[in-house]
Amino acid sequence: MLRFIVRRLLGVIPTLFVLSFLLFGWLRLLPGGPAGALLGDKATPESIASVNKVLGLDQPIPVQYAKFLGRILTGDFGNSLSKSRPVVEELADALPATIELAVAALIFAVGLGIPLGYLAARRRGGIFDNSTIMGTLVGVAVPVFLLGYLLKKYIATDLGLFETSGRVDTGMNETNVTGFKILDALMTREWDVLVNALSHLVLPAIVLGTIPLAVIVRITRASVLDVLNEDYVRTAEAKGLLGKTVRRRHVLRNALLPVSTTIGLQTGLLLAGAVLTEKVFVWNGLGSLLAEGIEKRDYPRLQALILLVAFVYVIVNLLVDISYAIIDPRVRVR
Amino acid sequence: MNRVRKAIVVASCAALAASVGACAQSERGGEGTGGTLTFGAAGAPKNFDPIFNDDGETFRPIRQMYETLIEHKPGTAELAPGLAEKWEVSPDGKQVTFSLRKGVKFHDGTDFNADAVCFNLDRWFNMKGAAAQSQMIYYADVWGGFAKNEGDAGEPNYKSCEAKDGSTAVVSLNAFKGSFPAAFTLTSFSMSSPTALKKYDADKVTQSGDSFTYNDYANLHPSGTGPFKFDKYDTGAQVITLSRFDDYWGDKAKLSKVIIRTIGDEAARKQELEAGNVDIIDFPNPVDWAGLKQKGFNVQVRRAFNILYLGINQKNNPKLKDIRVRKALAYAINRQQLVTSRLPEGAQVATQFMPDTVSGYAEDVEKYDFNPQKAKQLLAEAGATGMTVKFYYPSEVTRPYMPDPKGIFTAIEADLKAVGIKVQPVVKPWNGGYKDDVQKAGKQDIHLLGWTGDFNDPGNFVGTFFGREKPEFGFNDPALFAQLKAADAETNPDEKKAAYEQVNRDIMTKYFPAVPISHSPPAMVTKSNVKGLITSPLTNERFDTVSVG
Repeated sequence: MLRFIVRRLLGVIPTLFVLSFLLFGWLRLLPGGPAGALLGDKATPESIASVNKVLGLDQPIPVQYAKFLGRILTGDFGNSLSKSRPVVEELADALPATIELAVAALIFAVGLGIPLGYLAARRRGGIFDNSTIMGTLVGVAVPVFLLGYLLKKYIATDLGLFETSGRVDTGMNETNVTGFKILDALMTREWDVLVNALSHLVLPAIVLGTIPLAVIVRITRASVLDVLNEDYVRTAEAKGLLGKTVRRRHVLRNALLPVSTTIGLQTGLLLAGAVLTEKVFVWNGLGSLLAEGIEKRDYPRLQALILLVAFVYVIVNLLVDISYAIIDPRVRVR
Repeated sequence: MNRVRKAIVVASCAALAASVGACAQSERGGEGTGGTLTFGAAGAPKNFDPIFNDDGETFRPIRQMYETLIEHKPGTAELAPGLAEKWEVSPDGKQVTFSLRKGVKFHDGTDFNADAVCFNLDRWFNMKGAAAQSQMIYYADVWGGFAKNEGDAGEPNYKSCEAKDGSTAVVSLNAFKGSFPAAFTLTSFSMSSPTALKKYDADKVTQSGDSFTYNDYANLHPSGTGPFKFDKYDTGAQVITLSRFDDYWGDKAKLSKVIIRTIGDEAARKQELEAGNVDIIDFPNPVDWAGLKQKGFNVQVRRAFNILYLGINQKNNPKLKDIRVRKALAYAINRQQLVTSRLPEGAQVATQFMPDTVSGYAEDVEKYDFNPQKAKQLLAEAGATGMTVKFYYPSEVTRPYMPDPKGIFTAIEADLKAVGIKVQPVVKPWNGGYKDDVQKAGKQDIHLLGWTGDFNDPGNFVGTFFGREKPEFGFNDPALFAQLKAADAETNPDEKKAAYEQVNRDIMTKYFPAVPISHSPPAMVTKSNVKGLITSPLTNERFDTVSVG
């Protein structure tokens, strides 16, 4: 297992190299260089040329790439153009926000999705099953930003339940330990901060988790239906095993294999793709950074973010493979 | 037993959810009278050192913390005393003597005086490093070059600054420039504390990859003389906190705190206002104005200080070299209908290339009312009937003078087609090459662009557009350039005003390099309990007069 993990991790390095070169070249070839973004509205062709010269952006792309590579190998991703802050600091600020939101969305999606999918399979063809399927269709069809705006308007603003934006109230003066508001509040026992942070987290977690919820429900349902028809389930029931034993040991455990793959893929998407949710809820995570970076052609930020997302995907896929081995003893033996 | 356990878990979750929701409501609510104002900003600031910045969102917190030698009368573009109580310009225009206010303190407790003024001016002139110099956009625009140019800056116009006594500073120029003394109102030229500048290494600007790294003064310890001082900038939450400066020389701010929250998404900004989480937002989409008014918000419309024009590039398409063809474009466009249907309430048809708030505006310029027959006639006379034009317009942007580029393009395209002109549309993202193509490469035949004035000087409008040969307009007219240069060189304010009025008349008859379209007033929206806000045509609002009831 250890060799497997090390081999997979080493395989990441050439992938990231190739990706960094493609990314670097592609961003540089896009019209509207970083100088315009740096200088803002009052940029003139002359001032842009001046900045390009200072930053070495008028040099050939291979030369620029060599310098870029030299910097990132020492962990220097430069400053973001829009905020003149080190990109690494921006990511360090944003990452806990995104992880916190992604974890909450995942808890919502998995916590609700697996039971709903299982029950729908058990009550196949009934009202519950049909309603669940309809619900999943609505869940994937409604655009994320629309769901976000609707929940903000009707639940938060009109009904006054939960908050509309941010991670805690402005001026909360919470103690920052890890950057994870919930965890920090628990560690420092700031219960008012905990409740406030939760009230900010609920709606964006629901919005972000809706599509994964729909997917997990459908995959779980399909997987449970497959397993319920297997001979070994019939055999176990025929042998007189208790229903809950059959369900737990034979049905759920086997049905979870494809579900765990789905959860892994959804986790990667949650970490990388919360752009719309973060914009709508002003949740200053990686998604917000990505959206702003694209809008402002913030090359340093985009380069670092995309490389980080690629790395996250690889790690998440590795964890999925490891979870397979845990769930399925046959994988361990092999 | 299992069922009971399950019921307890469900009930506990419901109770927790209810308490979280209820707490959300109980904690929301007013901050108290005149306490804290929360502003929903569209973008985050780059840093807090005025000289290295030129964009409106960075200027917003800077304008609360700093002041300039000359200010504007609230709500107008007229010059008014700032840190200087009065100023005198020498007859040759090369010297400006400032009589400074007494008893003014910087936020770090040190005195503002003539030495501080000269320190600031000398600092800018003597700035070292290509990185730092390249970021001083307004300095280069107004003052030209540095003591030692390390980039492509031009000849320096700054000669010296002398502190005659504690409250008299004499600034000398190498040559008169028409933008003085109005240029001293530019936010970039705000006064910083020399002590803080030295202590926090304010001149240190270094390249970092494809960007620049600033210093502790710019990021953490700005020190001006304004009614609010810097508390902190939470970069994670993108929230700037300013607090009242109790040693301010003038009327103390009514508010104790100003919080500026960055909310990049326009719809989210509006929702935050409606949810009561922010008190003011700027530049709301004009289509939302009526709805916001109905909900009880105050939509405060500024006086327009901008211009939208249809640029004409005479280089690519030979037919556009003929002034009759350029005037035909003006007659072809129904600008009144465009203003009524596509632009916000308060927008006006532009008769020339500056709004009427700028000195030098001429009431009696030749007008080009909508007249498609006249347009066809002029095109026929010029042999340009049925001509084709490449029409560039931007996407992924709204500007105060151009809130809906596509809508404006569509209206103009229809008008041009109606007089037989064939239009080839070319759309490019604003940050994705539009300005490069139009202003640097001059690829277009006609295009949409505009300008918001920096200060009340006619040269800041017509001089900027037509003062020299530019790829954007593709013409070289020494007579026009000379006329603009002469107007800019006028040291007598009345003669300068008359000279620019004549320039505007001549632009609209003899030269006609482009078609002025409109002036659009941008707005701010506030909650009904926000009082005392005075909007500025230069978007230079100060919050010291504001209270939140």
